[in-house]
Amino acid sequence: MRQGNLGIQKIDWLTVLLYFSLAILGWLNIYAAVYDEAHSNILDFTQRYGKQLLWIGTSVLIIIFLFILDGSVFQTLAYPIYGLSMLSLLAVLFFGKEIAGARSWFVIGGFSLQPSEFAKFATALALAAFLGKPERNLSSWRTKIVAFGIILLPAILIVPQPDPGSGLVYFSLILVLYREGLSSSYIIAGISIAVLFLLSLLIPILYLQIILAAVALIIIFLGRKVRGFWLRVTAILAVALVLVNSVDYAFNNILEDRHRNRINILLGKAHDPKGIGYNTTQSMIAIGSGGWSGKGYLQGTQTKFDFVPEQSTDFIFCTVGEEWGFLGSALLIVLFSLLFFRLVHLAERQKSSFARAYAYAVVSILFFHFSINIAMTIGLAPVIGIPLPFFSYGGSSLWGFTFLLFILIKLDSYRWQTL
Amino acid sequence: MQRKYLFYFFFIAIALVFAGRLFYIQVLQEEYKLSALNNVVRIEKVYPGRGLIYDRNQKLLVGNQSAYDLMVVPAQVQVKDTLAFCKLVGLSKSEYRKRMLAAKRYSYLKPSIFVKQISKEDFALIQEQLHLFPGFYPQKRILRDYMTQAGANVLGFIGEANERYILDHPEYQLGDLIGKTGIEKSYEDVLKGKIGVNYRLKDVHNRVMGPYQNGDYDTLPEPGLDVQSTIDIVIQAYGEKLMQGKRGSIVAIEPSSGEILALVTSPSYKPDLMVGRQRSANYNRLYRDSISLPLFDRGLLAEYPPGSPFKVINALIGLQEGTLSPSTSYTCHHGFHYGRLHVACHCGTNYPIALRTGISKSCNNYFCQVFKNIIEKYPTAQEGMNVWSNHVKSFNIGQFLNNDLPTGRKGLVPDADYYDRAFGYTGWKAVSTISLAIGQGEMLLTPIQMANMTAAIANRGYYYTPHIIKGVGGEPIDNKQFTEKKQTTIDSIHFPVVIDGMFDVFESGTARGARLESIEMCGKTGTAENPHGQDHSIFVAFAPKDDPKIAISIIVENGYWGSRWAAPIASLIIEKYLIGEISRPEMEKRMLAGDLSEEYAKQLIEKYGLEVSDSTANAAR
Repeated sequence: MRQGNLGIQKIDWLTVLLYFSLAILGWLNIYAAVYDEAHSNILDFTQRYGKQLLWIGTSVLIIIFLFILDGSVFQTLAYPIYGLSMLSLLAVLFFGKEIAGARSWFVIGGFSLQPSEFAKFATALALAAFLGKPERNLSSWRTKIVAFGIILLPAILIVPQPDPGSGLVYFSLILVLYREGLSSSYIIAGISIAVLFLLSLLIPILYLQIILAAVALIIIFLGRKVRGFWLRVTAILAVALVLVNSVDYAFNNILEDRHRNRINILLGKAHDPKGIGYNTTQSMIAIGSGGWSGKGYLQGTQTKFDFVPEQSTDFIFCTVGEEWGFLGSALLIVLFSLLFFRLVHLAERQKSSFARAYAYAVVSILFFHFSINIAMTIGLAPVIGIPLPFFSYGGSSLWGFTFLLFILIKLDSYRWQTL
Repeated sequence: MQRKYLFYFFFIAIALVFAGRLFYIQVLQEEYKLSALNNVVRIEKVYPGRGLIYDRNQKLLVGNQSAYDLMVVPAQVQVKDTLAFCKLVGLSKSEYRKRMLAAKRYSYLKPSIFVKQISKEDFALIQEQLHLFPGFYPQKRILRDYMTQAGANVLGFIGEANERYILDHPEYQLGDLIGKTGIEKSYEDVLKGKIGVNYRLKDVHNRVMGPYQNGDYDTLPEPGLDVQSTIDIVIQAYGEKLMQGKRGSIVAIEPSSGEILALVTSPSYKPDLMVGRQRSANYNRLYRDSISLPLFDRGLLAEYPPGSPFKVINALIGLQEGTLSPSTSYTCHHGFHYGRLHVACHCGTNYPIALRTGISKSCNNYFCQVFKNIIEKYPTAQEGMNVWSNHVKSFNIGQFLNNDLPTGRKGLVPDADYYDRAFGYTGWKAVSTISLAIGQGEMLLTPIQMANMTAAIANRGYYYTPHIIKGVGGEPIDNKQFTEKKQTTIDSIHFPVVIDGMFDVFESGTARGARLESIEMCGKTGTAENPHGQDHSIFVAFAPKDDPKIAISIIVENGYWGSRWAAPIASLIIEKYLIGEISRPEMEKRMLAGDLSEEYAKQLIEKYGLEVSDSTANAAR
């Protein structure tokens, strides 16, 4: 029972509204970040805000294109798209143009494309298509291995560009596996490893070992009535001790000074505002100086005079923080959170597991970008260069996220027809 | 449990963490707002014109000129042709590299001074080509422009405030120009004006992007106030000319006001040496000249035994104490004899002489008697000494003048305590201190104290504290320290006979060679013994006798006796000041030609056993 119309009435307009709000707010802030009196024409395509306007305009074309397509093509074409995307990632390593030390771009004419931005929706589609088959079972090793393979392949191809930040994004897709039935012990183990990792950097290794042993003893004591419980706890303790010791060893003996410095600054163990910590310091100064309600649009001095590097791209949140203050920043966080809740809601109402898995992939990728990007601008995460979705300057990234999100919206509007 | 809740949990947790962190850095922490301001606001100082300095006849002595510091921002420097640049600004290539390295070491992005104090004329040439060398820009500075080559010690000079000064004066910054000596130093507060401040927005490359807050916080510089000095620059310059080739000082005071008419120290330097690119080289040369001490203001800082002029004071004290009357007579037998003590005298009289003649002939015996009688009037030498000492101190001797000159010395007037310490309580009596009778021994006066003492005599018993500034910002000064009469302990009735004696010094006494028909001058020669070499030639004088307009003290170091150098110079200066023209060209010529450098070189040899090489002789000259 195919319908001839585009399914307009079934489109989730709230998500579309959130998307355009973020894109337009993003554009306003890019304008502020680049703005100077000499160039104030919004259609000046030599300036970033002019170009971004172009990217937003073309994104509308992408959206229309996606709405015209039949809802079933995505599942059908998921693997070919993934394959093409992986090929482009491979090709860019050899034929890409090196910009700012990373071979991440194809330059065609005056126009540059970043294939890693498109690999995100391609990987999401492939993973969803794989998990969407009824015979998949995430407690089987076969399924697990293939699923992890789909996730890891783009990460492995992207990291050597080098762009470790974009590579890291794919690990957020583990959340999709969790939703689709992966044992929560993976999540718990993952979180535990992350926490232990951090602790071993923050606390002297000897103290950490003592603390871990003490915690293990208490747990054993509490569970002393369970048979064999102590054995399991001891095994976990052993693994934990190996982990913290190897992190400690790696940190002190394998990492180079510059890496150590970066980590130490982030952990607050070293202070160096003019050197390695420059970006973070300037970013926090810009945001902090915004105060309660900000300095007003186009009034941000730190923004205007280029104190924060990468201001229209990775550090676009500084402009929000400085010119709109706490109120504006909080509003932006609310907007993003609303989008995430809405997307989970969309995900849960899908009838096909392909669409549901895809929706969770979208949420995971966007949420990861949002968390890491903002955390790094306010000094909670290391400087990992990934953009703020829909908001940061950049054609490839906006297009990539537009594909990512609107394929979901299309799938959602199409959900009735798959019955 | 549905697995979506884990997602909800993450969303909420992250949102709360972000909101909390943002609230902390945006609302609770003030530090980031300050850092932001520091980031973007550059404070630029606009230096005001320094107050001008005029002489007592409204002649401009010190003006201002603009000069330029060539600033460099190393990060922006693009010098393709280093040689051309070096030629333009007058640096050697190695000096260029040295300075560039120093600038880079300070900061790549912040400007530092590359070439200091380029004159307007030199700069015009440089500016034409400066656009070829990005990274360099000029910064205007205001420098002193001297209209006279005299009075360097009075006017003083300005220089950059050092760190120690800034510690005590937090309103200054490193590099600000402040008065270092002379009037520049003592009137720094009025001369400096108010520095204007411009707040400029700058970007990350330290480029100025415009005014901060539309310039609402900017302030305009306020020029410093002009000051009028008491100096008569004609007399000052004439005095310096007369002192050429001699070491010593001239201090001239207007007795009716305490205004300093001239304050000459010799050798001195030309004030122009303290301006411009060679300043520090010049300063170092002057500073290191430990032989002729050109930066040492002898008029204020040198302490000498006053010699015979001090006899006049002893006479006045005797008259006041009643131990001496104008008719008291003593006969001199080639000196004063008391037991084994002998003070020689060359007055050439061997008949009884009264006070007036005693002064004009400068009889040592006479004043030893006078002094002995003063001290012995009292039951103990201690009491007598303290009475005497207090009389002397009332002439502002033995204490600071507390005036508007930045430097000075107390001199020394001994009292009973002083001798008790030296000889023990019972170890001394009047004759033990008999050298004081003739201004020798422990007494020490600075030339300005001698001039002030002379002014007090000219005024018949009072003086005004000598000062160097008569007006500030067009208003006469109203500092009571300078406008209030200060009485000495001597009643005015005792002065006429003493002044008659000083008048006779010119008429028939020791300074008759310096007598001038047209002006009634009073003076007293002095010859201060000097353990290091020839005696100092000393003279004090005032004129006209009945309406004193000028009181003067002159010291020519190692100038033999008072009438040889000091008296003629005093006479010439008085004539120049009161009449304006010199009627005795031969005497003037003789004084101008007088050169004691051989005498000074001789002293050096005695002291250090040096051979006179050309360089030492030149240094002494």
